[in-house]
Amino acid sequence: MSKKRLLAALPLAALLFLPAATQNPYLLHMAILSLLWVVLGQSWNLLGGYTGQISFGHAAFFGVGAYTTGILIKSGFSAPAAWWGLPLGGLTAAAVAALIGWICLRLRGSYFSLSVLALSEVLRLVAVNWKQLTNGAEGILLIPAFTGKIWYYYIVLALAALTFVVIGWVMGSKLGYYFLAIREDQDCAESLGIDTTKYKLLSVLLSAFFTGVAGGFYLNYIGFIDPGIVFSVEDISIMMILVTMLGGAATRWGPAVGAVIFILVSELLRVWVQRGHLIFFGVLMIGIIIFFPNGIVGAVQDARARRRRSHGGPATA
Amino acid sequence: MSPLLELDDVSKRFGGLMAVRHMSFHVEKGEILGLIGPNGAGKTTLFNLINGYFPPASGKILFRGARIDGRKPHKVCRMGLARTFQVVRPLARLSVLENVMVAAFARTNRPEEARREAREAIAFTEMESWRDAPARSLPLGMRKRLEMARALATKPELLLLDENFAGLNPAEVEKTIEIVRKIHASGVTILIIEHNMRVIMSISGRILCINYGEKIAEGTPPEIARDPQVVEAYLGSAHA
Repeated sequence: MSKKRLLAALPLAALLFLPAATQNPYLLHMAILSLLWVVLGQSWNLLGGYTGQISFGHAAFFGVGAYTTGILIKSGFSAPAAWWGLPLGGLTAAAVAALIGWICLRLRGSYFSLSVLALSEVLRLVAVNWKQLTNGAEGILLIPAFTGKIWYYYIVLALAALTFVVIGWVMGSKLGYYFLAIREDQDCAESLGIDTTKYKLLSVLLSAFFTGVAGGFYLNYIGFIDPGIVFSVEDISIMMILVTMLGGAATRWGPAVGAVIFILVSELLRVWVQRGHLIFFGVLMIGIIIFFPNGIVGAVQDARARRRRSHGGPATA
Repeated sequence: MSPLLELDDVSKRFGGLMAVRHMSFHVEKGEILGLIGPNGAGKTTLFNLINGYFPPASGKILFRGARIDGRKPHKVCRMGLARTFQVVRPLARLSVLENVMVAAFARTNRPEEARREAREAIAFTEMESWRDAPARSLPLGMRKRLEMARALATKPELLLLDENFAGLNPAEVEKTIEIVRKIHASGVTILIIEHNMRVIMSISGRILCINYGEKIAEGTPPEIARDPQVVEAYLGSAHA
């Protein structure tokens, strides 16, 4: 096993045995939320960080995933439906992404970003008003499948690990090189034989799929969704961007680091400050953007690269 | 046998400006055709038309006997027609090797093979010592060469070179001439835009001179050098 693989396996092993160390429901809850955000951050990072297509509306896919599962349950499918609803939620989210991507990804720049934002708001209003399907603003309530938190913990851990592995594999393949090329220069990518519309679409599909699965998990775990929660611009869409930027966009570990810090800090602030904790979080984010524009993992990588160069590493001069 | 590339009565208009008007010429398989003309003559616009960056307003473009006008650049590239950019476009945050690998993926899906092909193209253009450097750290001369390495890695039959000599120092100019000759010797047909007369006269088999979007002369380098219309376009009518 290479050193890098070992380094990746260590946190996974530690996380596998975490419930053996503590069964404290509060700590497990924090861990579950962090891992959920690891999935979300990675999904956004694939599209925004690696492919360079900034989405301001990923809540659209999160919400569609959650509601797919929710509507299944509401229509009388039993609790197991909530679980096979996860991949189905992912697929529905990907289908929605295909539609919006197919229309908007021919355009460049901010069109896509803003269209997705509009899409998530449209979907929120649909969810509020189409009461027969979604229960409207009352939301959908679900009787949790498991009483303890351990199962949820392992399911979300598996999800986070799966996302990590799949995205790692994608980024090492032709697909990954094409995503990066598109981010750097679309015209140049086209002239090097890359069908940019097609590959941007693939990136959106993958990203939306994982986001949708995470949405389905959210419903299963929390047991309740309403349109204002799962289609929230500030609590889902913007937070996915912040988590990724905080940890380091376009880095392998950035979204994971960002997710853990985000959950820890927002929880600490909520406990200590109680009111207006979001303001402090905002200030923290401004500081990160000023001092570590490449995020925490990005800053570490930059420092390492600088040290390598000063030790007479590969000739770049 | 039909020529490798053929333009038949091609025109392109930008608003009120006829950037290319009724242009017809062809590139024979195996030749180096030089394309010259004063600034703003429409040379790069021609490249953009051939490469599919935008479609012509009228006329036909044929590559290997098939219509390519209106096809997207990525399709044209996969048919075996690569180009470099006059204003270099490195994929800034990727290394030189990664830049060239992206291009090599046009011919393979396997990363290992793309890496091998990319190393070959980098060796061919003699930029091994820069292989792992981020593209944004390259000096201009190396950026121009990266353009060539990338275009080569797509395994083109026809290569469009857009001012790969501009801004180079004399030593780099010599090296680049050598590389262009090597590319040509490996069986790639070349259409090259160049302002450096010494370069274009020494490497081209034929030269095409355009001005105001129109062909004004076509012939061997000595013929072009003597052509009164070419002299006029470059130096003004008093010298013609």
